[in-house]
Amino acid sequence: MDPKTMDNPAEVNKDARVKKMMLILSKATIDNVYACFILANGARMEGIEAEIFFTFFGLEAVQKKKLEHLHVATVGNPAMHIPTLLGGLPGMESFATNMMKKEMEKLDIPPVGEFIEILEASGAKLWACKLAMDMFHLEREDLVDEISDVITVGDFYNRAQGENTHLLFI
Amino acid sequence: MEATIAGQIIDLNNEGYLTDLNQWNKEVAAQIAQEEGIELTDGHWPVLEYLQEQYRNEVPLSIRKVGKSGVVDIKQFYALFPGGPLKKASRIAGIPKPASCI
Repeated sequence: MDPKTMDNPAEVNKDARVKKMMLILSKATIDNVYACFILANGARMEGIEAEIFFTFFGLEAVQKKKLEHLHVATVGNPAMHIPTLLGGLPGMESFATNMMKKEMEKLDIPPVGEFIEILEASGAKLWACKLAMDMFHLEREDLVDEISDVITVGDFYNRAQGENTHLLFI
Repeated sequence: MEATIAGQIIDLNNEGYLTDLNQWNKEVAAQIAQEEGIELTDGHWPVLEYLQEQYRNEVPLSIRKVGKSGVVDIKQFYALFPGGPLKKASRIAGIPKPASCI
């Protein structure tokens, strides 16, 4: 990018900007779910289209019974800066998750359920992966109402059309 | 930089946001809105007033807060200011561009 346009985003060629973000969420740890939601919501706030394909463990984020019980990983997550053995102690994941949720609330980041409502209201499209649904023996009723439909990966790719569309795997 | 908006000299930053809310009035808002492709209606004014009030009270703005304001819900907010509601509404309201990611 031209250094001049770096300084002044208003001068960026509008035709070259991202127009559509197609996000694929495959994980259910709370940090990954929020990364995905914030990227999708941030896109809508900039007038960029956003769609999310929930697959594999990512489906937990849109299951009515599970979405408010997502955790941050305290084991195998070097960014937690606690010894692996301690991270595995009973209650550690809940403790770390609660700490994280408190910090997020301070920053006005909504809980997962409310965030899904915001995404739907902002015009983001939410899709569930058919194969993963079959694998986990899930029914449409298990998912939040904001899910538009259960579709295949092929269907999702077919939606990823138009110039300046980007796909992102989380 | 300075620009003439609705017949008045207005101070703007390099992204076209007013740097002094005191220079704002409804005519200025209407012209900025037009630049953004928005025709201001009765539905827009309460939202703009709400944003200004939050700014004066130094409350950081977010889509979530606007949605909970009771003035407008998120769907209506997107419908009133299509293509980046918080950014566009703030510019039309004469307040700085919100630094919010939510």
